[in-house]
Amino acid sequence: MIPPAFDYVRPASLGQACRALAEAGEDAKVLSGGQSLIPLLRLRLSYPTVLVDIGRLPEPRAIRDEDDHVFIGATATLDEVVRSAVVNAEVPLVALAARTVADPAVRHRGTFGGSLAHADPAGDLPAVALALDCEFVIASARGERTVPAAGFFQDYLETALAPDEILVGVKVPKLGPGWGFHYEKFHRTAQAWAIVGVAAAVRRADGGVAAARVALTNMGATPLRATAVEAALRGVPADADAVAGACAGADAGTSPPADLHARPDYRRHLARVLTRRAVLAAARARP
Amino acid sequence: MTAAAEKAPPDGTREEVGRARRRKEDARLITGRTQWTDNIQLPGTLHVAFLRSPLAHARIQQVDTAPARGLPGVVAVYSGADFAAEQGSLPCAWPVSDDLVVPDHPPMAVNEVRYVGEAVACVVATDRYKAADALAAIEVDYEPLPAVLDMNEALADGADKVHEAGNKAFTWTFAGGDIDAAFRDAPVVIHRTYVQQRLIPSAMEPRAVVATTDGDTCTLYSATQIPHVLRVMLALTTGIPEHRLRVIAPDVGGGFGSKLQVTAEEVLLLLMTRRLGRPVKWTESRSEGNLTVHHGRDQIQRVKLAADRDGRVRGLSVDLLADMGAYLMLVTPGVPLLGAFMYNGIYKMDAYDFRCTGVFTTKMPTDAYRGAGRPEATYAIERVMDELAAELGIDPIDVRRRNWIAHEEFPYTTIAGLTYDSGHYEAATDRATALFGYADLRAEQARRRQSRDPVQLGIGVSTYTEMCGLAPSRILGSLRYGAGGWEHAEVRMLPTGKVEVVTGSSAHGQGHETAWSQIVADSLGVPFEDVSVLHGDTAVAPKGMDTYGSRSLTIGGMAVLRACEKVKDKARHIAAHLLEASAEDVEYTGGSVRVRGTGAGRTIQENALAVFTAHDLPDGVEPRLDAQATFDPENFSFPHGTHLCAVEVDTETGMSRIRSYVAVDDVGKVVNPLIVEGQVHGGLAQGIGQALFEEAVHDADGNLLTTTLADYLVPSAADLPDFITDRTETPAVSNPLGVKGVGEAGTIASTPAVVNAIVDALRPYGVNDVRMPCSPERVWRALNGGAS
Amino acid sequence: MARITVNVDGIRFEEEVEPRLLLVHLLRDRLGKTGTPIGCDTSNCGACTVLLDGKSAKSCAVLAVQADGCDIATVEGLAAGGRRHPVQTAFHEEHALQCGYCTPGMIMAAIDLLRTDPDPSDEAIREGLEGNLCRCTGYQNIVRAVRRAASIDGPVNGEQAAAREVPA
Repeated sequence: MIPPAFDYVRPASLGQACRALAEAGEDAKVLSGGQSLIPLLRLRLSYPTVLVDIGRLPEPRAIRDEDDHVFIGATATLDEVVRSAVVNAEVPLVALAARTVADPAVRHRGTFGGSLAHADPAGDLPAVALALDCEFVIASARGERTVPAAGFFQDYLETALAPDEILVGVKVPKLGPGWGFHYEKFHRTAQAWAIVGVAAAVRRADGGVAAARVALTNMGATPLRATAVEAALRGVPADADAVAGACAGADAGTSPPADLHARPDYRRHLARVLTRRAVLAAARARP
Repeated sequence: MTAAAEKAPPDGTREEVGRARRRKEDARLITGRTQWTDNIQLPGTLHVAFLRSPLAHARIQQVDTAPARGLPGVVAVYSGADFAAEQGSLPCAWPVSDDLVVPDHPPMAVNEVRYVGEAVACVVATDRYKAADALAAIEVDYEPLPAVLDMNEALADGADKVHEAGNKAFTWTFAGGDIDAAFRDAPVVIHRTYVQQRLIPSAMEPRAVVATTDGDTCTLYSATQIPHVLRVMLALTTGIPEHRLRVIAPDVGGGFGSKLQVTAEEVLLLLMTRRLGRPVKWTESRSEGNLTVHHGRDQIQRVKLAADRDGRVRGLSVDLLADMGAYLMLVTPGVPLLGAFMYNGIYKMDAYDFRCTGVFTTKMPTDAYRGAGRPEATYAIERVMDELAAELGIDPIDVRRRNWIAHEEFPYTTIAGLTYDSGHYEAATDRATALFGYADLRAEQARRRQSRDPVQLGIGVSTYTEMCGLAPSRILGSLRYGAGGWEHAEVRMLPTGKVEVVTGSSAHGQGHETAWSQIVADSLGVPFEDVSVLHGDTAVAPKGMDTYGSRSLTIGGMAVLRACEKVKDKARHIAAHLLEASAEDVEYTGGSVRVRGTGAGRTIQENALAVFTAHDLPDGVEPRLDAQATFDPENFSFPHGTHLCAVEVDTETGMSRIRSYVAVDDVGKVVNPLIVEGQVHGGLAQGIGQALFEEAVHDADGNLLTTTLADYLVPSAADLPDFITDRTETPAVSNPLGVKGVGEAGTIASTPAVVNAIVDALRPYGVNDVRMPCSPERVWRALNGGAS
Repeated sequence: MARITVNVDGIRFEEEVEPRLLLVHLLRDRLGKTGTPIGCDTSNCGACTVLLDGKSAKSCAVLAVQADGCDIATVEGLAAGGRRHPVQTAFHEEHALQCGYCTPGMIMAAIDLLRTDPDPSDEAIREGLEGNLCRCTGYQNIVRAVRRAASIDGPVNGEQAAAREVPA
């Protein structure tokens, strides 16, 4: 199918991009890699008046090691994230999840920021950002601000981004030594979206779980932090039975959707099973 | 066995038939020089876009095309009313019964729409973007009518109607033997209901049509499997005289039955090019195609099997509901009949009873999809044979062995009335179990059951046969099919000794150019490279019945072989004259005509030049070394095989993963093992797709939810295992090459093999069925006592 | 309208395009590069895969304006001077295509895969090609072809390939 007509601007700087977006009004959209947006345009599910292309801006493309966090520029491609030495060394959960997104060709074009700003609850990266308490760096003609992940994902496909705002990048906290990570994605075919996904980070100490961070993909309108599981895991032995017990409430507080591939009760069941698996895998993972 | 392992004949000759020739077709396909229909860019081409019904059932009150006229680039806008006088009704060529209701099926809806996606208007514009844009300006007022989606509800008294005449399209029955006697006092009776979900064929090339006219003749390029049938049907539908209509199927990117159709778009583009006097082109998008390419399967099978305690099958009764969708397309009502003679499978039994009811619903019509009727039948019998085995505590291979036709019993006339000409089920099964490591896997299964492993192992068996090579014209006639089943070929020796083969088969990925070249090379004794194969254009190959139903080699290939024989007869006659010998004294061997016992001879190439110059031909011989031939088989052919599948089922999540898959097929003599193996692989992928992934899903209003490849799950490389394939070779006796056909075997065999494996894994949990596709959720629900 | 410059298979084109024009339509409808087909509208099938500045991309999910200034390699440009690319040869040798509609995209995706993983395992090949759907082959021979191409050093021309044909 064929996209509807729109105007297109490709600003030379982030400042110009912010101004262009502000001028273009509510029906403008930011274009980065376009791997979510262009299919929507082709199916005529979106009718923007103008696309502001930030895909080539140099400044939000960088991936940098910055003391206690890694800054991942919004227009870094998923492929760049997957292959980044800094990401793999310091925040490996991001790479583990990013490599499960779509397929290699899509990851060459699709961007880290685009995946997050699209805010599809079935997307893999939002849960990771939530689990790791990432901070979202946002710019507009009005200035720059930072929003924590917990406040960024607001509803189905809705984020804290105002129509005139651009996601510049994400600060991914380094959790420090002793943490292991795992992203457990459950889907029917390699290309299919996650029916349920679980992002887990576990710090082991003395054969037990000292701390855990767990977030769920596709268990509600937004990614969800499994705080009850995190609390229950604290201090339990890192064995299958104890972890299973702690993960039994993984679906608490969720409101999973019904769609072609799963109804809510099945998703709840999956959340419990997959959380256990993700936590055990993270606990076994070499820090 | 890999194709590369094929051995040269022990006598050192280089026969082409049987050789793993790399394909001639590949040169253009791997370099991007293919001529897909959408690649054809005729000067002045206009582009067509269709406005399609958003409702499953509605009366069209008004279509206002005026707002779209005058938009940039728009040349014309039409509604159904604009074509009402000339568009006719899309044909159904298989009126299966006296009671068949054939509803009027206008290519563009005029008064009523009956499925989401039915065309209601169209725009013709200077490019595809402008055509797509203008659709939004057309205004259609609909009066919604009730959607009719469920076959059982559709047949109930007082049901909402799809058509005035009601929702029942036809009833068709068959009875062999005394079914009441078979079930009377039967010690074991098994009832099951199986659902063949609706499938979307999903050929990778979307449909595309280009129509043009020079004012006298119309030419239609279409991504079709059936240029010849299409030409006849379009002539009858549109009134364009057949001799002024040329149909071309350029390179066609897969079909699997979905391009065995006379489509609304083909009719309408012909009408538009006639009206506008310019070439018009339409190429569907995938999401448009998922709505409007005919769907496959969609049957509910109520199966009842009677058996003795020792596992011997006494009788089988099948009551089938087949969803026609909203209209009857080319062979819609015939698809279940293609299965009707196959429910007994490879087994002997005393009685068999079949009843099929065709039902109208407000969905896209169904029609042929790879296997067409036979996968459904095979699924039902192979599933229920496993149920019998489980009921009696017998190994599923043993229960089959107790019932199948032994190799010494061929030819064997089955309870369904077909005569299976040859087969060796024992050999295929022995080979398959050996390759599979059947005993070891059973032992592992026992261990996992014992240890209550959360990942259980299931083993699925499928011993199938199918009727291939559609078909003897006389049998088709007795089943009321609207055409014959012959195929045609012409073989032409060119003056330089090269050979042109014209075939009525219409390949769309099968590799006919290569396989036909091999047959001709052997028959005429010419180099493989010296043969070229022409097809797919009614001006070049004027006579044919096209490609479907695994018929190309068994029928089309035989026509080629016959034409070669005729060419050789001529060559002998001419050479005898030139060699001053009597015709009885010359023989054709190794590409030359030789006088027996003298060594004198002439090559076929020399003969070809002599014919061209015509300086010294026998009296009454025309200067041409070519021949036409038609082949109409006496019987179907019956490929068979044994497929074994091991599936690991994660009982916690319901996820099924194929661990190993062995396919031993007997397709008779093999012309090109490389092509045969490829057909098996692809067939397996589609059959596994039905078992695990694929389903066309509608919501309660009749909207298709699986309109894209994001929702309709076609498996990728990462979703399928490596297959172990091998063959046994029991030649068919119904054709001179002993070939049987292979296009559908993999699809027919694999679906029950996979589902049998999943059910086998779950049997200790009290599960005896999982509805297809066996999604993780369905498996999980089955495990947890709910309906799957 | 926007003015763009693209370099397609070594030839430079300057075009005035609507911003919404898809790269694949630029290639097919404007530049006559019909070797790259279209199989879907959701970037699932991969039939339209090309190399964009050396990396695989689905040309149906790229706007022509996004490709401004880029190098685009399609299947049509692979056989330089009549010498087939090893991946093309391997697809032919291993019967890795039937209808051939997915083949251009599959070949480009395979080339990209081998760029980043010159000696992939079967599993890596299957995962690396997960974004390219084929309805004919069941993928087994595609996996074989990629493995075979990985074992070939440098471009192999057609005659050599024919000479290597395995005797049947």
